[in-house]
Amino acid sequence: MFSRRIGNIYRLGIKELYSLRRDVVLMALIVWAFSFAIYNAATGFSHDLNNASIAISDQDGSAISLRIRDAFLPPFFQTPVQIAERDLDAAMNSGAFTFVLVIPPRFERDLIGGRNPEVQLNIDATAMMQAGIGQGYVSNIIAQEVSSWLGGKSAYAGANTDSAAQIVTRYAYNQNATSSWFTATMEIINAITMLSIILSGAALIREREHGTIEHLLVMPLDPFEIMMAKVWANGLVILIASMLSLIFVVQLVLGVPVIGSKLLFMAGTVLYLFFATALGIFLATMTRSMPQFGLLFILVVLPLRMLSGGTTPLESMPETLQNIMQIAPSTHFVKYAQAILFRGAGIDVVWPEFLLVFVIASAFFAFSAMRFRKSIAQMR
Amino acid sequence: MAGVVAHPDHGTDFAVRLRDVCHRYGKVTALDHIHLEIPTGQTVGFIGPDGVGKSSALALISGARKGQDGLVETLGGSMSDSAHRNAVLPRIAYMPQGLGKNLYMDLTIRENLDFFGRLFGQGKRERNERIASLTRATGLAPFTERPAGKLSGGMKQKLGLCCALIHDPDILILDEPTTGVDPLSRRQFWLLIDAIRETRSEMTVLVATAYMDEAARFDHLIAMNDGKVLATGSADEILSRTGTESLEAAFIALLPEEERSGHHELIIPPRTENGDIPAIVAENLTQRFGNFTAVDNVSFRIEKGEIFGFLGSNGCGKTTTMKMLTGLLAATEGTAELFGKPVDGQDIELRRRVGYMSQAFSLYSELTVLQNLELHARLFHLPDDQIKPRIAELSDRFGLSEYHDDLSERLPLGVRQRLSLAVAIIHDPEILILDEPTSGVDPVARDGFWELLVELSRKQGVTIFISTHFMNEAERCDRISLMHAGKVLISDTPDAITRGRGCATLEEAFISYLVEASGEQESAPEPDPDQIAGDDIQPDHWKPAKASIFSPRRLWAYSLRETMELIRDPIRLMFALIGTAILMPVFGYGITFDVENLTYAVLDRDQTPESRTYIENLSGSRYFEEQPALISNNDLEARLLSGDISLAIEIPPGFGRDVGRGASPEIGAFIDGTMPFRAETIHGYVEGIHQRYLAESARRAQGSASSPLPIRIETRYRYNQDFKSIYAMVPSVIALLLMFIPAVLMAVGVVREKELGSITNLYVTPVSKLEFLLGKQLPYIGLGLINFVLMTAMALFWFEVPLRGNGLTLLVGATLFVIATTGLGLLISSFTSTQIAALFGTAIITMVPSVMFSGMMQPISSLEGAPAVLSTIIPTSHFMSISVGTFTKALGFAELYPELIKLAIFFPALSVISMLLLKKQEV
Repeated sequence: MFSRRIGNIYRLGIKELYSLRRDVVLMALIVWAFSFAIYNAATGFSHDLNNASIAISDQDGSAISLRIRDAFLPPFFQTPVQIAERDLDAAMNSGAFTFVLVIPPRFERDLIGGRNPEVQLNIDATAMMQAGIGQGYVSNIIAQEVSSWLGGKSAYAGANTDSAAQIVTRYAYNQNATSSWFTATMEIINAITMLSIILSGAALIREREHGTIEHLLVMPLDPFEIMMAKVWANGLVILIASMLSLIFVVQLVLGVPVIGSKLLFMAGTVLYLFFATALGIFLATMTRSMPQFGLLFILVVLPLRMLSGGTTPLESMPETLQNIMQIAPSTHFVKYAQAILFRGAGIDVVWPEFLLVFVIASAFFAFSAMRFRKSIAQMR
Repeated sequence: MAGVVAHPDHGTDFAVRLRDVCHRYGKVTALDHIHLEIPTGQTVGFIGPDGVGKSSALALISGARKGQDGLVETLGGSMSDSAHRNAVLPRIAYMPQGLGKNLYMDLTIRENLDFFGRLFGQGKRERNERIASLTRATGLAPFTERPAGKLSGGMKQKLGLCCALIHDPDILILDEPTTGVDPLSRRQFWLLIDAIRETRSEMTVLVATAYMDEAARFDHLIAMNDGKVLATGSADEILSRTGTESLEAAFIALLPEEERSGHHELIIPPRTENGDIPAIVAENLTQRFGNFTAVDNVSFRIEKGEIFGFLGSNGCGKTTTMKMLTGLLAATEGTAELFGKPVDGQDIELRRRVGYMSQAFSLYSELTVLQNLELHARLFHLPDDQIKPRIAELSDRFGLSEYHDDLSERLPLGVRQRLSLAVAIIHDPEILILDEPTSGVDPVARDGFWELLVELSRKQGVTIFISTHFMNEAERCDRISLMHAGKVLISDTPDAITRGRGCATLEEAFISYLVEASGEQESAPEPDPDQIAGDDIQPDHWKPAKASIFSPRRLWAYSLRETMELIRDPIRLMFALIGTAILMPVFGYGITFDVENLTYAVLDRDQTPESRTYIENLSGSRYFEEQPALISNNDLEARLLSGDISLAIEIPPGFGRDVGRGASPEIGAFIDGTMPFRAETIHGYVEGIHQRYLAESARRAQGSASSPLPIRIETRYRYNQDFKSIYAMVPSVIALLLMFIPAVLMAVGVVREKELGSITNLYVTPVSKLEFLLGKQLPYIGLGLINFVLMTAMALFWFEVPLRGNGLTLLVGATLFVIATTGLGLLISSFTSTQIAALFGTAIITMVPSVMFSGMMQPISSLEGAPAVLSTIIPTSHFMSISVGTFTKALGFAELYPELIKLAIFFPALSVISMLLLKKQEV
C-alpha cells in the first residue's frame, strides 16, 4: 500500500514535469525570474549614495568655500550648482536638489579667527534613502576640507586634530557594504516565493480548467497523492532553479561570495518550499479561474515579499506587524537564508528557525490538504 | 459556380456573396476558396461537424472577423470596406457560437436587453416597449429579473435571440444556436424564427448547426467539410442527389472518398440477456447544491453488458448523475450501487472496475499519446510486463499507433476521442461511463466510435452508460432515460418510448414528455411570437438610430454594464476596494528607511568610569537597544553570527587611562554587513555618537564648549523634521497603488471580454472604439477615486500623516492621475489576450518603473540617461511629486501646476494609442 502510494506520487509528479515543460509562459517566467530579474535587481538599483544633486549658496566666495564646493565629486555627487539664497525654497520645493549648502558671508574670516562659523545644510527629507546616507557624507566632506585647509594655515591657533579617542568601524561579512550582495540573494528568495505559489497554483487550476482533475479522481488515487505530486514536482523545479541561480548568477556573474554551506541553504529551501507550494494550492482552491487566482496572488505575495525582512529590516516595522509576520515562514526563511549565506552560520545556529518553518509548514500543508479534499468534493 | 452580378451601391438580389474566400489560422486552413451566393429573404443552413469552417464563414459575413483573402459582400458591399461595414453593422445581428457567448452572465435578462438597446441608440421608451414585446414573444417575460447565468440553455438562447432582434436586423446570423438545448426549447426556438420571418419576410437568416435533422427545415443548405463547400441546395435536392434518406447519410455520401473509406453502416447486434446481478443500480438519487436541485430522485437499473443512454439538454443533470455514480460526488439522498456494492468515493478497489470519460474528452493535452496511455496504465497499476502489450493492443485496435509521439492537443478531434476511450478502458473496466463522448465529432468518426462501443458491449460484456444530446445516437442504445431539469421522464428502449407516445420519432416523443413535464412545473407562458412587431406596425418613435460618430448613449451603455458586472464579481470587487486597504500598510511599513530598535552589545575590556561613560552615550540613543554585555571575542562573533545583535562595540583595555593621557585609544565597532543599507546607517549613527562623546569629553577636559571641529554644521531636515520614513513613504505609496490597482483592474476588465467572448459586441454593433474605451474606463476612474479617498483617509487617520498643503490640488492631481493610469491599463489590454497575461503584464509594466524611477527610491534629480527619460514618461513620478508635495512639503497649486499639466497630457496621448491598437474586428 505504502509503496503503491509512493509510486503514484512519483508517476503523477513526472506528469507534472512534462506539463510544466510544455507551458512556455511559465518556463519563460522561471528563467527570467532566476536570471535576469536577479541580475537587474542587483546591478540596476543600489542603496548607495549615487549621483546626488547638490546646490551651494556660497555667500563668501573665499578659497575655503570654493575648496568645499570642489570636494563634491562623482559618482557620489553631481557637480554642485551655485544658487542664490532667495531661490533656495523654490529649488527645494520643486525637488531639483536633495542637498543645499549655505555658506555664510565672512565664513573664511570667522574660521581663521576661531569664531566657529556655521554652515547650513538643507536636506530634502522626503528623499529618505539618499538624505539619510548623504547627510553623513556631506558633513564628513565639509569637516575634512576644513580640517585639512586649516592644517596648512599656521595662523589658526586652535587647530587640534588629535581627538580623545578614535573609532574603527568594520562591516562584518560584507566589508564594503556592497548592496548588490544583499539584493541578489534576497531576490532569489523572492523568486522562490513567487514562483512556487504560481507554479503549484497554476498546476491545479490547469487541471481544473482542462477537466483532467476529475479524471484523476476516478482513478485509484486519493487527493493527498495528487497534491503531494504537485508539491514535489514543482518544488523540485524551483529548488534546482534557485541553486543554479545561486551558483551561476549570484556567485559567478555577480561575484557575490557565498561563504555559507549551500547544502544547508538547500535544506532550508526544501522546508520552505513545502509551505510555499502548499500555499499555492490553497489559493487555487479559493478561486475559480486563473484571473481570480492572479488577483489573490498579488494580495498575498506582496505582503510576504515586503514584510518578511528581505526588503526592510524587521525591527523597523511596528511591533504588532513584526509579531504577525512571525507566523509567516517567509520571515524565518529570510532570516536563516541570510545567516547561512552571508554569515556562514551552521545548523547549530539555524536549527530553531528550521524547526519553526517545519512546524508552520506542516500545519499549513495539512490545512491545505484538507481544503483541497473539500474543494474537490464540492466540485461540480 | 458564381455568376457575377455587381451592383455595389444598390441592393442586389443577394444578401451575401463570398467570392474565392480563404481563411487560415496559422497553418490551419479554415476556409479554402469558398464561393457562395445567398439570396435575400431566405433561411440558409450551414451543416457539418466542428472545425470545418462554418463559424469562420459566418464571422466573416457578419463582419466580426477581418477577412484575409477573397471578397466578402454583405448587404451589397465589401466587408473589408470600413465605410460600408459601419453603415451596415446596424442592419446585421450576429449570435456567436456557445450558449450565451455574447451575453453578460451577471446581468439580468432586462439588463442585457437594455444594454443592447442602448448600443443601437434606442431611447428609454422604445427600449421598454421592445423589451416587453420581445420577452412576451419568447416567453421570457416572467423572468426578466433573473441573471443570464442562471437561465437554462434554452432560455439563454432565447435571450440571445432577443438581443439580436432588438434592432430589427436585415440579416440574422446564428452560429449553432441550439447545440445542447433540449428538444422542446429547440422546437420553440425555430417556431419563433419562423414567426419572425413571417412578419419580416425580407430578413435573411443564416444558421450553422451540427444537428442534421434540424437542417431539413431550412430553405437552403450548405454542406461544408474541411474548409470546402461539399454541396448546396435544398434538403430535398441534396437527398435526391445522393440517393440517401437522411441528411446524415447524405453528408457521409458527399464526403471525399478517402474520408469515407472504412465507413459502413453501423449495425448493432442484439444483446443476449443474462440473469446476473445488475451492473448499476440507482435508487432515488438526489443531488442538491444549496437550494438548487440538480438531480431529483433518479432511479434506474442497468444490466451487465447493456448500453444505456441518458438523453437530455445541457445542464439537465446528466453529468451530475454520472459523477455520483463514479463517486466524484456524494449523493445528497438515495443510493447508487455498482455490482451490488454501494458507491463510495473512498473505495479505491471499485475504481479499478470503472472507466470514465469526462465531457470534452479531457486528456493531458501537453503529453503525447504514448505518454497518456502509459501514465494511465501505471496509475491503474497494471503489472509492468503487461503495460507494453496492452498499449500495443489498444493502439492497434483504436488506430492510435501512428500518432504515438504526437501531442494530444494537436490530434484531430476524432483521434482524440479514440485516445480518450483507450485511456478510459486501459485497465479493462467492467463498467464504462461516458459523458457526451461524441459532441462535435464528424459522423464518420462517430460511427467508428460506436463500433468500438458495440464491440466492448457485445463481445466483452462491458456495461456502458453514455450521455448524449443527439437523438440519433440515443436510438442506438439498448435503453435510454429521457432527462429534463434533474428528473428522469421515462426509461425504456427507444422504440418503446416512441411507440408509447404514439409518435413517429424519438424527438417528438421527447417533446411530448417535455410538454407534459413543463405543465406540472412552473407555468412558463407559451411563447407568443406574434408579439414581434413587423415594420408596418412599428410606432413612430421607434426611429432607427442615425449613424453618429459619437453617441453618449452607447458610451453610457458600456459604463453602466461594466459597473454592474464589477459590483457582482466578489473577487474583483474585493481587490478593487480592499486591495488598497491591504496593500497600503504593506508598502507603508514595508518600504521604510527608518533604521531603529537596533540591537547591540558591548565588550568592555576596560571596565572603568570612562568606558562606562562611553557606553552610556550609546544606550541613550533612541536608535539602539542594548543587549546583555559580551564576554569574549568568541561571544562577539557568535552573537553577530546568529543575528542576535547587529552591532558590537569593543572597548580596549586601558581605554580610560589612554584617554586621560591623550593617547587616543581605538574603539572597535563591528557592524553586521548583511543588510548594507542598515549597516551604513548604523555606521552613521555610531560616528555621530562617537563625535558627541568627543565633544563632551573635550568640554569636560577644557571646561569650555568648544567643538572638536572649528565650524558648526547646522543640518535642517526640511519638510520632515523628524526624518521619519512614513511622511515621505505614505504619500508615495498612495501614488504607487493608485497606479497599480486601477490599471490592473482596467486591463483585466477589457481582456475579460476577449476571453469570455462578449468582445464580439464591439465587433458587430455600431459602438465605436472611442465609446467602448471611454465607456469601460469611466467606472474604473470612479473606482480609482474611491480608492484614493480610502487611502487618503488611511494616511490621515491611521498613519497620522497630516495633509499640510493644498487638498484641492491633490484631488485634481489624483483625478488626472487615475484617468492616466486607467488609460494605461486600457493600452495594455489592447495587446494582451488573456486575463492572466494582462494581470501580470500590467503589474510588471506599472510597478517596476514606478518603484525604481518615480522618485520613491532615488530622487528624480539624481537620475540620468534612460531612467531619467523614463521618469518623465511614466505618470507616477508626476503624481508622486504632487502627493508628496501636498502631504509633506506643504505645497499648493502655485508650485505644482507644471506637474498637473504634465499629468493632463497622458489622457489624450494614451487614448489615441489605445484607439490605434484596439481592433474593431477580430483578426
